[in-house]
Amino acid sequence: MDFVKPTIEYAELAPLLIVLGGACLGVVVEAFVPRERRRLVQVALAAVVLVAAFATTIWVATDLAEVADGAARGLLAAEGTIVVDGPTVFLWGLVLLLSLGGVALFAERRLEGGVSAFAGQAAALPGTEAEREVSTRGWEHTEVYPLLLFAVGGMMLFPASNDLLTMFVALEVLSLPLYLLCGLARRRRLLSQEAALKYFLLGAFSSGFFLYGVALVYGFAGSMQLAAIAEAVRNDTENQGLLLVGMGMLAVGLLFKVGAAPFQGWTPDVYQGAPTAVTAFMSAATKVAAFGAILRLFYVAFGSDRWSWQPMMWAVAILTMVVGAVVAVSQTDVKRMLAYSSVAHTGFLLTGVLGVQGAGELAEGQVTSLQAVLFYLTTYGVATLGAFAVVTLVRDSNGEATHFDRWAGLGRRSPWLAAAFGLYLLSMAGIPLTAGFVGKWAVFTVAMSAGAWPVVLTAIASSIIAIFFYVRYIRIMFFAEPEAGPDGLPGEVASVTTPSLLTSATIAVGVLATVVIGVVPGPVLDLAARAGDFIR
Amino acid sequence: MYSLSEAAHQVPVIDPSAADGTFSLLWLVIGLPLIGAAVLLLGGRATDRWGHWLGTLASVGSFVVSVLLFVELRGREEAERSVTQHLWDWIAVGDLEVGLDLLYDPLSALFLLLITGVGSLIHVYSIGYMEHDPRRRRFFAYLNLFVAAMLMLVLAENYVGLFLGWEGVGLASYLLIGFWQHKHSAAAAAKKAFVINRVGDIGMALAIALLFTTFGTTSFSAISEVSGAAEEDTLTAVGLLLLLAACGKSAQVPLQAWLLDAMEGPTPVSALIHAATMVTAGVYLVVRSNFIFELAPHAQTVVVVVATVTLLWGAVIGCAKDDIKKALAGSTMSQIGYMMLGAGLGVAGYAFAIFHLITHGFFKANMFLGAGSVMHGMNDDVDMRRYGALRHAMPVTFLTFAMGYLAIIGFPGFSGFWSKDKIIETALAENWVVGVLALLGAGITGFYMTRLMLLTFLTSKRWKDDVHPHESPAVMTVPLIVLAALSVLGGVLLLGDWIVEWLAPVVGEAPHHEPPLPIIVITLLTVAVVAVGVAAAWFLVGRREVPLTPPQDVSFATRAARADVYGDAINDVLVVRPGAATVRGITAGDRTLVDGLFTGGSSGVKAVGNVLRRLQNGFVRSYALSVLGGVLLVVLALLAVNLA
Repeated sequence: MDFVKPTIEYAELAPLLIVLGGACLGVVVEAFVPRERRRLVQVALAAVVLVAAFATTIWVATDLAEVADGAARGLLAAEGTIVVDGPTVFLWGLVLLLSLGGVALFAERRLEGGVSAFAGQAAALPGTEAEREVSTRGWEHTEVYPLLLFAVGGMMLFPASNDLLTMFVALEVLSLPLYLLCGLARRRRLLSQEAALKYFLLGAFSSGFFLYGVALVYGFAGSMQLAAIAEAVRNDTENQGLLLVGMGMLAVGLLFKVGAAPFQGWTPDVYQGAPTAVTAFMSAATKVAAFGAILRLFYVAFGSDRWSWQPMMWAVAILTMVVGAVVAVSQTDVKRMLAYSSVAHTGFLLTGVLGVQGAGELAEGQVTSLQAVLFYLTTYGVATLGAFAVVTLVRDSNGEATHFDRWAGLGRRSPWLAAAFGLYLLSMAGIPLTAGFVGKWAVFTVAMSAGAWPVVLTAIASSIIAIFFYVRYIRIMFFAEPEAGPDGLPGEVASVTTPSLLTSATIAVGVLATVVIGVVPGPVLDLAARAGDFIR
Repeated sequence: MYSLSEAAHQVPVIDPSAADGTFSLLWLVIGLPLIGAAVLLLGGRATDRWGHWLGTLASVGSFVVSVLLFVELRGREEAERSVTQHLWDWIAVGDLEVGLDLLYDPLSALFLLLITGVGSLIHVYSIGYMEHDPRRRRFFAYLNLFVAAMLMLVLAENYVGLFLGWEGVGLASYLLIGFWQHKHSAAAAAKKAFVINRVGDIGMALAIALLFTTFGTTSFSAISEVSGAAEEDTLTAVGLLLLLAACGKSAQVPLQAWLLDAMEGPTPVSALIHAATMVTAGVYLVVRSNFIFELAPHAQTVVVVVATVTLLWGAVIGCAKDDIKKALAGSTMSQIGYMMLGAGLGVAGYAFAIFHLITHGFFKANMFLGAGSVMHGMNDDVDMRRYGALRHAMPVTFLTFAMGYLAIIGFPGFSGFWSKDKIIETALAENWVVGVLALLGAGITGFYMTRLMLLTFLTSKRWKDDVHPHESPAVMTVPLIVLAALSVLGGVLLLGDWIVEWLAPVVGEAPHHEPPLPIIVITLLTVAVVAVGVAAAWFLVGRREVPLTPPQDVSFATRAARADVYGDAINDVLVVRPGAATVRGITAGDRTLVDGLFTGGSSGVKAVGNVLRRLQNGFVRSYALSVLGGVLLVVLALLAVNLA
């Protein structure tokens, strides 16, 4: 049997390889570098790897060849299993930037009095002598950095995969490190471990559906390649049932990852239980990657058959927005509120996804659905990362104070931080002059022009409901007095712990981006437009 | 009916050259008072001690620059007397491009001199007048703000820039009328002025919008070039909207009601803003927009009608007021009516409107400051029935006031004689009905001014013993003397038709119209009518005992005049009551319908949220079930759509 050496386009895949290589290197560091120097080396390594990957991403982006008469740019790499095209590099850049913010939050040590927010030793049972010993020695888990890099590698591969099997592998590569990271909180460890286990169980469950979907679609098309599937969808009329059920199963796997209803059950529990730094990273970057995969799968593989899946997306989008917005209203915990808000945003993003139209139906210069979703992901990612970063700073004697009563009057005690949080919330609510407004405008317009007016109407109604629970936080922070406790004395209120430069810089950059993109959205919209179409 | 059609074709095009040399200082004229206002407002109490000096200095500095510019402009060829300075690009949205551009031409040059000159005198006067007011620094800050805004108004090269100044003077006027805000009446008067002006401002905003949609620009020079190409109906609409704006700012009927109440402000404010400068902005607007009005004869006709009604309306009010400032305010309304009449008469009248505007600026500022000086000596009493025989106690005030008096009634040789006579003459030449009414107005002017003069300075002493009238300090009387001199000599501007020729590049040259009577006859007639008015006042007021309280058994005409010719009552019936009823209706609708929907909706959302929330029970098995349900939903949706 001949063994043919596969061709690997190293130059174009460099960002991906750098991240995964860096992750492997991180594991080696964990084994060989002494404990006291490990954190510094790991943080530096992660930061350097992400920056280097981002730099090479830009380099790759400027160098992509045009294909399909200039409608798209890029190439198929690694024997056609990975595709490096405009949307891929856009998503790579976005994931890398958000991950850089994630690393900064992971590395923050000033909030817990000199240690990180992660458990000293995951294996030490909560409440035992072993845990106390680890705690007194000041150990910490530095494995979180390689884990983060592996997850980032998976997130980069996910939207770039050009066949179903690669996509599945990417899904697992990004998910498994996240399950672990969720269980590593230093405080409230039981809650954290419970969250990790729930996430793992449900993730495995939905992965099963995805894999089943892969099998069914393969049965229909006889190939894993997205292009071949698209070909089969166009030409074959046999076995429609196989295709439709397979499509549904694949959709379930992906919709689970983005937290669409009714697959959103894990979101609030996991967002609440995970260390907030992980929540910040996960909620921002995972959504970017998973929506990249949804876009590629449904636009490239099933694009010619969009009439069959659009109604399903309508139903899911409507349900997701309503559930996210309505349940968020009755939340009293800031992390759960943000979790439901992220569910609602998933609905808005799906509104953009289902706004796809054929090239001929678009007016000249109109924003495409791909462009709109990419833009929305940018605004959402920045605001979410920043909002959770703020949550890490608002603390009382028990660690992070996430109950909203504790936030009363925060605006008077720490006006700048409260203003930053308020700005992120306004951006999520889609108030003009913030980035979120332009994002919402973009996805609503594309859905409207595709005729999905019932979805857009629901989206607008949900936005109105959403404004209520966002603005309620602003009211609590700036206009409410702290409530009296049961003993009649003023209740305990949260105060802001001064962070190191890492967290402050993340928050400040997020604020700046939110305002700048809100006031001058042109450059980012242009960038999303320049990314062009997927390579089919 | 009145028409000017044959004159409607020689509208001069505004074609300015870029500012260079001395003219590049143009921005300083606005900049100095603006900086003054900024320093005084932002500097806070630290500037209390020297704030009034800084404010005065800023205004005087602006005057010096204005004089320099004026000298430079006179040195130029007639065709070259128009310069523009582009400060920066201000607004660029779609097709709308507005630069912060200034236009300096013979018309704005005169305004610059009037505003900064009279303004500076009033600044000096206020140093004395406001000496004991704890908020004097703030007062000077507002005065500077007003001067800057007024200069912006007359220097702007486009309607948007003019609107900036227009709103700026409105703000300053509001702040200064309500300067003594602890007095309820002052606060209410400020509000009234603001609200009525808003009505006019709507006209202005709509006019600008209409100009932009018609011509694609708001620049004077660009519109003056192409206005002939527009349809007459459009131009008439623009003209009427501009007239509405002018009515608001210049207290013309039907938006006249605020001016009398505006006298609640400190007297220097009444002199500067509500007599000499701001209230004449409407006249400026009409003259500046000659390229619109010349092509919209119907709008011009409306201007003439409004002006004629106002000049009589104001004069009638002036006859019955016992409050010295309100009597002067009625007279201001009436005199602006004359200016507006001149402006409405078109090319023949523009120059005389501006001429009367300037002389009026001198003599009315003079008389208002004189009234302030009287009040200063009379414990701030404004009731003329408690004055009398003040000529001995305040000789300087009396003499300077007398100069103003002679000027306003048009005593031969004084400034008002030349300027008002010209307007009456032109009116008679254009339309005899309007001319005769203007002539009648001159007679009433003679009556009410003589009455004011008699009650205040002549007749017998009626003040109480605890009042000790005294002459004001030099810082107040020197400006009075200067203004009195100007009131006497203002007529020199007409020597050799100087002002007509000076303004010709802006407003055009009038074709000669033969008046129905020889000019000398008209002049004599005017003097005779005024003399009748003066005599009537002498017999009705001067020869009788003046009761301390106004008699109640008076004729209908007097009652009407005392009630401002029912201006407020008309507003109340036509606007205020229907407005209030509408607001009540809308509020009720808002409370029941909108709020009901809103609160109902939100409690519904909350209830649903609480139900859905229970599904989030924390058990993985429930979540997994929900996922399974989702799988069914997704697959069934796909199958139902495609296989049904």
